[in-house]
Amino acid sequence: MQFMLLFSRQGKLRLQKWYVPLSDKEKKKITRELVQTVLARKPKMCSFLEWRDLKIVYKRYASLYFCCAIEDQDNELITLEIIHRYVELLDKYFGSVCELDIIFNFEKAYFILDEFLLGGEVQETSKKNVLKAIEQADLLQEKTEYVSQQEVLWV
Amino acid sequence: MVQVRGCQCAFSPSGKSREAETKRINKELANIRSKFKGDKALDGYSKKKYVCKLLFIFLLGHDIDFGHMEAVNLLSSNRYTEKQIGYLFISVLVNSNSELIRLINTAIKNDLAGRNPTFMGLALHCIANVGSREMAEAFAGEIPRILVAGDTMDSVKQSAALCLLRLYRASPDLVPMGDWTSRVVHLINDQHLGVVTAATSLITTLAQKNPDEFKTAVSLAVSRLSRVVPSASTDLQDYTYYFVPAPWLSVKLLRLLQCYPPPEDPAVRGRLSECLETILNKAQEPPKSKKVQHSNAKNAVLFEGISLIIHHDSEPNLLVRACNQLGQFLQHRETNLRYLALESMCTLASSEFSHEAVKTHIDTVINALKTERDVSVRQRAVDLLYAMCDRSNAPQIVAEMLRYLETADYSIREEIVLKVAILAEKYAVDYAWYVDTILNLIRVAGDYVSEEVWYRVIQIVTNREDVQGYAAKTVFEALQAPACHENLVKVGGYILGEFGNLIAGDPRSSPLIQFHLLHSKFHLCSVPTRALLLSAYIKFVNLFPEVKGTIQDVLRSDSQLRNADVELQQRAVEYLRLSSVASTDILATVLEEMPPFPERESSILAKLKKKKGPGVVTDLEDTKRERSADVNGGPEPAPASSSAKSTPSPSADLLGLGATPHVPAGPPASSGGLLVDVFSDAPSAMATLAPGSEDNFARFVCKNNGVLFENQLLQIGLKSEFRQNLGRMFIFYGNKTSTQLLSFTPTLICSDELQTHLSLQTKPVDPTVHGGAQVQQVVNIECLAHFSEAPVLSIQFRYGGTFQNVSVKLPITLNKFFQPTEMASQDFFQRWKQLSNPQQEVQSIFRAKHLMDTEVTKAKIIGFGAALLEDVDPNPANFVGAGIIHAKASQIGCLLRLEPNPQAQMYRLTLRTSKEAVSQRLCALLAEQF
Repeated sequence: MQFMLLFSRQGKLRLQKWYVPLSDKEKKKITRELVQTVLARKPKMCSFLEWRDLKIVYKRYASLYFCCAIEDQDNELITLEIIHRYVELLDKYFGSVCELDIIFNFEKAYFILDEFLLGGEVQETSKKNVLKAIEQADLLQEKTEYVSQQEVLWV
Repeated sequence: MVQVRGCQCAFSPSGKSREAETKRINKELANIRSKFKGDKALDGYSKKKYVCKLLFIFLLGHDIDFGHMEAVNLLSSNRYTEKQIGYLFISVLVNSNSELIRLINTAIKNDLAGRNPTFMGLALHCIANVGSREMAEAFAGEIPRILVAGDTMDSVKQSAALCLLRLYRASPDLVPMGDWTSRVVHLINDQHLGVVTAATSLITTLAQKNPDEFKTAVSLAVSRLSRVVPSASTDLQDYTYYFVPAPWLSVKLLRLLQCYPPPEDPAVRGRLSECLETILNKAQEPPKSKKVQHSNAKNAVLFEGISLIIHHDSEPNLLVRACNQLGQFLQHRETNLRYLALESMCTLASSEFSHEAVKTHIDTVINALKTERDVSVRQRAVDLLYAMCDRSNAPQIVAEMLRYLETADYSIREEIVLKVAILAEKYAVDYAWYVDTILNLIRVAGDYVSEEVWYRVIQIVTNREDVQGYAAKTVFEALQAPACHENLVKVGGYILGEFGNLIAGDPRSSPLIQFHLLHSKFHLCSVPTRALLLSAYIKFVNLFPEVKGTIQDVLRSDSQLRNADVELQQRAVEYLRLSSVASTDILATVLEEMPPFPERESSILAKLKKKKGPGVVTDLEDTKRERSADVNGGPEPAPASSSAKSTPSPSADLLGLGATPHVPAGPPASSGGLLVDVFSDAPSAMATLAPGSEDNFARFVCKNNGVLFENQLLQIGLKSEFRQNLGRMFIFYGNKTSTQLLSFTPTLICSDELQTHLSLQTKPVDPTVHGGAQVQQVVNIECLAHFSEAPVLSIQFRYGGTFQNVSVKLPITLNKFFQPTEMASQDFFQRWKQLSNPQQEVQSIFRAKHLMDTEVTKAKIIGFGAALLEDVDPNPANFVGAGIIHAKASQIGCLLRLEPNPQAQMYRLTLRTSKEAVSQRLCALLAEQF
């Protein structure tokens, strides 16, 4: 997989993960182009499309589009299920995930993704194992800090 | 998750007021900047908080240009969350600032050395996310050690494997192969399925570049696969996904196997076939769940299995089953499956085993073209129709594509036009059909018909006398339409200018009517088309003296003679002058009909290749070459020559609007070089070897009959027989045109040296070969002594006023004088040892050019002339042969041994004879065959 993008129905990018080195300019251009292309597609259309020399696999969950770019030899259907498994992981962790969870807990969304996919390849497909790793990290977090919410509010 | 809760009140995620958000963010950025720059040292917690805010702001789509240093500081914190945010910031906002990278690397190094698995995980994730060259330099040596160390935790192993994969992709030169590679391969056997999953990706990537080093992975992958695929859905616990056992792992293992040819070991091969059959069987079972995830996961494995079957291309049974399965998907209610089935079938269409099976689905595919609502699915259907097209279904497919073109999406029109043009030409039996098709293309999608396409129709009409009258009549009729595309005017102008005389007898298309028809379009056309029309007019002056006056009037009018465009003006002036001063004889010479174009690769095909990338088109070409006797088949087009000049002269370029020095530099595609492509290589009188003849020559080494050479005009067939040192060859010259070939003189050319080794005797043939006729020539051959060169057959003849010259190497090769010798194993090895002098042995190691098939290899060795000796070589996979070369002067015993290595796709061929030159020649001849 070359990259994964999460964006809203309004075209707002919510999460981006790049597995190939690209300049910021290039990343922005790709994002713009793809968001436009995918949002223009109708609901019943096929989840795959050719784009440049890559294959795009996307799926919409509620207000969010999950969009992966894979190479010619990669498997489209299994990529569709990568997306689904990631959604399941988020769902399990947040308890019925919504777009706001991903916006405000973006770091968790990234950590879960890193446990599941690394370097663009599936690292661990077991839901239990991925969530165990995240929960362990959360335990470490709680042991090391006690903070009042007041302190982190802005201004 | 605590860190940014404050933002919720600050930003509405839908971004209602962009301006307010920007203002708010700038204020916050200023605040963070002042905190970082302030005198008071920030504690770890505050640093983390602000770094996290910066990340949040970045992810909202704003640029961040500071905070990197603070993030790097967080890496060395002992607190997990601080370290974690530090790593996340680095991963998301990598900065190639070398000084920072050095600091980051130091922090990573510490975490890797610390052996705290959680910290190691973070560090490895960071390397995998950044994957820069500096990181590869620092860690490519260390990570393999972590990966294969006995005490590494499973989760760290998984991260290490994929981390190494990322580094290898980015900087393969920095990842040293070593002892670790064999241990990595054995991770396929690991107990932890997560480790296997991660390791398989790594192994696949490494094996693609170093197939030999990882070939043991094949049997391991097959045995793992055979344990995973048939598992009951509960066996693999959490690795079962919606009742499908470990789909990700299965897909990865199948993908790994696609780096290699079919396994050599029959046991492994059998086990793999069983797995693939299980996968195909499971597709027929009723679904265990109605959920789409179940069907997707199951079919993901199925499609990967089919890819492997296609990759191996060796089991007709599996290929046909795969094709039937895909056929079912073509009508599935899931759009995704229909899309993938069309895509996968495209590759199946190019396998000789399944091409016919794919063709049976033609109606479904055509229906998809008509009914699919999604353009990307229709595009796949077009691709598949193109791939499954052959002579038997070309008229239907071309008609359907043309029909589709009328309503096709603009985005894919140009590609369909190219495809239709290629198929129409490639499978044209009837050239009238070809002309109709191209004119239809121009009518339906004129804007998308590129120059290559209409140049090509002109080339073909010029070269095929039998279609010229029809073409003239058809363009004449098409031009009657009140509004026709400019491309049609171009084709019409050219064809009527050349062949208008063929229909001038009909009062409905008399010269004057033809001229008025063309001229009625003149004023609506662009400059290049007008220039072409002016040239057509001067051609008319030659063809039809009766319209000379009318045409001169037109040329003389102010709108021509004083045209603002310098090219048009020059043509008008020069053509007018030419028509008034030149005698009819001179006119006839200057304006003579164009000679046939030399044959070569269609420029349309070249264009499609460029458009689609080389892979797609060449595959189709390679596999279909045998089936089609296409009009093309020459080498790549030569670069456009500079022969085009704008002055009227008896050169080929009278109609060419070629690169003229008078035309101001404009867009080259439209004004300059319009017909340059068509005229780029004029027929040459040089006796160079015909394109492709070397290729055909090699085909005759192991056989005696077949077509040696073929172009548009001429086909040369051979039949020959040899006995001991004598032989007789029948050469058949077939005239493929409908007119005579005159002064037809074939000559056999042997070099001085060859003449003393090989004697050839023949009688001259009749110098006239009638249209469609075939003449035969007999060559009596005697091998006087062993030889290495091949005689050349050079043929000269006149066709349509031009001299043609064809030269091909005649496949009379040393091995033709082989007499097979049967012998027992003992005798063979005794003789083998006798010929152990280093000069007597010649060996060649080479890569397989064809599928490594035992039966084919046997047939080739027998065809080569040697006896194939069974049960001689201790290794049954090897081939040995023996025979005697008969020459008048001597008889030379020859032994040969061929050792295939299917794993590496290589062969080793050894020849031993008593003469070094004979060993060398036979080895060179035979090595070309595999």
